[in-house]
Amino acid sequence: MTTTTQNEWPLWEVFVRSKAGLDHKHCGSLHAADSKLAIQMARDVYTRRQEGVSIWVVRSDQIVASDPGDKAMYFDPAEDKVYRHPTFYELPKSLDHM
Amino acid sequence: MYTQAMDTMGKDEAPKAIRSAEDARLQERFDARIDAGDFIEAKDWMPDHYRKTLVRQISQHAHSEIVGMLPEGNWISRAPTLKRKAILLAKVQDEGGHGLYLYAAAETLGTSRDQLFDALHTGKAKYSSIFNYPTLTWADMGTIGWLVDGAAIMNQVPICRCSYAPYARAMIRICREESFHQRQGFEALLTMMTHGTEAQKAMVQDAVNRWWWPSIMMFGPPDDESPNSAQSMRWGIKRVSNDELRQRFIDATVDQAKLLGVTLPDPDLKWNEARQSHDFGAIDWSEFKRVIAGDGPCNRERLAARVKAWDDGAWVREAATAHANKQTLKEAA
Repeated sequence: MTTTTQNEWPLWEVFVRSKAGLDHKHCGSLHAADSKLAIQMARDVYTRRQEGVSIWVVRSDQIVASDPGDKAMYFDPAEDKVYRHPTFYELPKSLDHM
Repeated sequence: MYTQAMDTMGKDEAPKAIRSAEDARLQERFDARIDAGDFIEAKDWMPDHYRKTLVRQISQHAHSEIVGMLPEGNWISRAPTLKRKAILLAKVQDEGGHGLYLYAAAETLGTSRDQLFDALHTGKAKYSSIFNYPTLTWADMGTIGWLVDGAAIMNQVPICRCSYAPYARAMIRICREESFHQRQGFEALLTMMTHGTEAQKAMVQDAVNRWWWPSIMMFGPPDDESPNSAQSMRWGIKRVSNDELRQRFIDATVDQAKLLGVTLPDPDLKWNEARQSHDFGAIDWSEFKRVIAGDGPCNRERLAARVKAWDDGAWVREAATAHANKQTLKEAA
């Protein structure tokens, strides 16, 4: 494992669970020296009005993202597969809630 | 709180001629996405000029939030009641948070926090002229909430639909929090006007007299003197023009002033039936230019306070970094 030293605090992405039962949602980012400080700062910056009951932080440089240039290739092919949606199927009125 | 439309104040070189066929194709696709009302994300291709304009606007906006903590911070220890003190603390903390959301949005465009701070501290970057005015009395706190934050909200709501998505998302969060700022200010003034002594009422009127003109200057220079506005409109960075926003603000504020029982210091302010809007007097743009250029009543004091805070905090940043590095080394061992 390589260890690097830096002057500017690294960037963290912040995810907040707004209430029990819901998933964590990305809400922004911040700079912090380490994970403990990142959690504490995330509390101050992103949950000043009871916006959350749980926080995740992850180093931004640890996130792997799909390439926006591949968007069409990756996601568009699903567009012609309408049979994957329930509304594709026409059923008798009496069964419409199925 | 918000920077004025200072995105129009930068010295922009003309966009460079398109270099290659590939660039032309990317530019065309970008323009089509803007026309279709699409949002642009950080990793998407964008013209250099679009990127530069955004970095400048978002960072000026962030600096304004951070410097904007100073005039109000001035009154935290002197708030008249514990309730007002708690409210003011919460508001100033919000401004700090808003600055952080915006710095983070600017950084998605490839600049760093250290670069942004450096531009502020060396006086290279601008921030809203409004924060270079002094806060002389407690009534200034209410007036800033009512007028300055009111003007800010008017300015900021259209930016929630900015074509650059990280900026738009930051603005949505900010606008959600901002309404409390204006309401608490108006309520503080209303309390003084309803229950206050004659001296306190006079204090409110004095504060309104001092803040009115700087507040309507927050919308930036008139449209015909905003050379970059058209480009920003074209790109969906700016949605409503400076003059249009200023008119909306004035029209909304006149009735609020009546309700409060104060007058606005403009003898030419009157309803124009034909325009269904208020006419108002000439704005002293020489004052605006002077304050933006660094010669307002508090420019030096504000900048010195920011630099001092940054320098005084250096040992904390260094200690936290040293601790984090030590922990990393320990884990690696």
